[in-house]
Amino acid sequence: MSSAGEGRRGFGAWWAWLVVFLGILYFFVPLIAAAEFSLRACAPPNQPCSTPDFSAYANTFADSQFFSTLTFSFVVGLTTIAVSLLIIVPTAYWVRLRMPRLRPVVEFITLLPFVIPPVVLVFGLIRIYSRPPLLITATNLGSVGLLVAAYVVLSFPYMYRAVDAGLAAMDVRVLTEAAQSMGAGWRKILWSVIFPNLRTAALSGAFLTLAIVVGEFTIGNYMAPYGFGPYLSLLGRDKIFEPAAVSLISFGLTWLAMAVIALVGRGPRGTRVQVAGAR
Amino acid sequence: MSYLVLTDIQKRFGDFVAVENFNLSAERGEFVSFLGPSGCGKTTTLRMIAGFEQPTSGTIRIDGRDVTRVAPNRRNVGMVFQSYALFPNMTVADNIAFGLKVRKAPSDQVRKRVAELLELINLPDRGNRYPYQLSGGQQQRVALARALAFEPQVLLLDEPLSALDAKIRVALRNEIRQIQRQLGITTVYVTHDQEEALSLSDRVVVMSEGRMEQVGTPFEIYNFPATAFVASFVGTLNVLNGSIVDASRGEIAIDGQTITLTRKFEGRPGQPVRVALRPEMASLADRPEGCTRLVGQVADVTFLGSLVRIRIAVGAGPGASGGNGSEPGQVVMLDEFNEPGLQVPEVGQTVSVSFPMDGPLVLDTEAQVESVEELIAEA
Repeated sequence: MSSAGEGRRGFGAWWAWLVVFLGILYFFVPLIAAAEFSLRACAPPNQPCSTPDFSAYANTFADSQFFSTLTFSFVVGLTTIAVSLLIIVPTAYWVRLRMPRLRPVVEFITLLPFVIPPVVLVFGLIRIYSRPPLLITATNLGSVGLLVAAYVVLSFPYMYRAVDAGLAAMDVRVLTEAAQSMGAGWRKILWSVIFPNLRTAALSGAFLTLAIVVGEFTIGNYMAPYGFGPYLSLLGRDKIFEPAAVSLISFGLTWLAMAVIALVGRGPRGTRVQVAGAR
Repeated sequence: MSYLVLTDIQKRFGDFVAVENFNLSAERGEFVSFLGPSGCGKTTTLRMIAGFEQPTSGTIRIDGRDVTRVAPNRRNVGMVFQSYALFPNMTVADNIAFGLKVRKAPSDQVRKRVAELLELINLPDRGNRYPYQLSGGQQQRVALARALAFEPQVLLLDEPLSALDAKIRVALRNEIRQIQRQLGITTVYVTHDQEEALSLSDRVVVMSEGRMEQVGTPFEIYNFPATAFVASFVGTLNVLNGSIVDASRGEIAIDGQTITLTRKFEGRPGQPVRVALRPEMASLADRPEGCTRLVGQVADVTFLGSLVRIRIAVGAGPGASGGNGSEPGQVVMLDEFNEPGLQVPEVGQTVSVSFPMDGPLVLDTEAQVESVEELIAEA
């Protein structure tokens, strides 16, 4: 009985290690392959180099479009995050506090971007806002504003879920009432109590939004073709080794962003905060 | 004129009546507790005073000002919550300073007041800590300081000690009372713990099913309950079913035994009544003068430290008049102080339980409430 149990445990441990190993292969083999390929930019093409050739990376960094498109997409991404937070946090907060029955409706609305393809969304927006009386795309600023609005819609599923999970982790009603009893109005409550305690959740949503916006192609290509997504697409069409280098750089930036979230979201003095309730 | 006045307060949630006919006048500096079981409307009433719920009808006045429709952040009412509700992103000092900063108090005044309150709650060196770095009792003291910081007109406490363990609860309730007396702030305290309500309050409002059952001092509530609910909810109580033998002579039959009471009650012979008796009034000691007694058999004995609780099945003993000694009797519970010389009876032993003739209350008779009011007046 005992030896049979130990045998089963041993098999389970072996199986677990196999799954971990396969997972590592699944995640890292493409990265290693892409890295290896990005270092082959020596003549003759497609032959292994005697020493790694970093010219694909040098070319990428030397390309002014890389920085301009990346900067543009980051600015659009950060603006999207700000607008999205300004819309989602008060909405999710109010629904949790005063209209819990509306939660399924709001959840359904925020899921619509999963149902409606981005190409449908972008054509709809262009048709409506490219003719009077709502001729917004006539100016560059108008187009970028519309792009941000489209990305805000695209970010809804991620941002709403992250913020809602953050609100679920704190006793919203009691914290609100505590602040109210001390004389605070709604703006003060949102700014001083709710937003600071949603920091980690908001950062998670913000990161997902940034990741989506920076690499987004369909909407960006039609509304502002000078973003990072369209640039990546063009690069893939015109160059051989640079797309692999750029994808690795993007991967590095992603990890950097995750590290920032992990650091900033640790709470005061590196300890997780207790949001409310007895200890 | 009273400081906090609730007049004809009613609160409905759809068809459900949470609070009805609630009238209360509390004086400046008075400590009033709302006591009752879960769902009796005590927290709803407190939330109406705070402004978090709107009464369906009735008015709430604080120091003569009608605040019934005033927003909670404009009432100048401090509140302490069961779950502390400290802001986790702020230090202890920032939590205490919150109400003052909302009121745009000068920073030196804020610092001074925070230091005063930290001293008051005996946490002078914890200002820079975060709530999660404090124990539950310390967090609740901070919550109390935070609610007092902006000098509210009324302090509301919603079961503030429920989440704490027994020892801290007793220590903290004494601190709360001491601070309240020191500041002289009108306080409303919600609890389902009778010991808390009786030990803290100037007056207790006992509530049941949205109604006020009785308002009185702890002494009145405990010794002269106005209704059967108050009698059974406050303190431990033996309730024995009986019937009136002769109301004019105070005679009631319980399981075939007749007891004589001096408290007034009315009713016809044979009318069913319930007799309520506190365990501490009953004794196994022979007390012939001014006492009446029941005979029964010891059902069990429980050691409770300073007390020994004895349960006696009355009506089945040989001394029971009219009883045949075989049918199980009703149970009377009594407490004896534990002392080295205490003779603890054995289970099954026949004993007599004596109690003062003016001790028990007769419930379910028409004249009962009147007699209680008379007794309170006499007391």
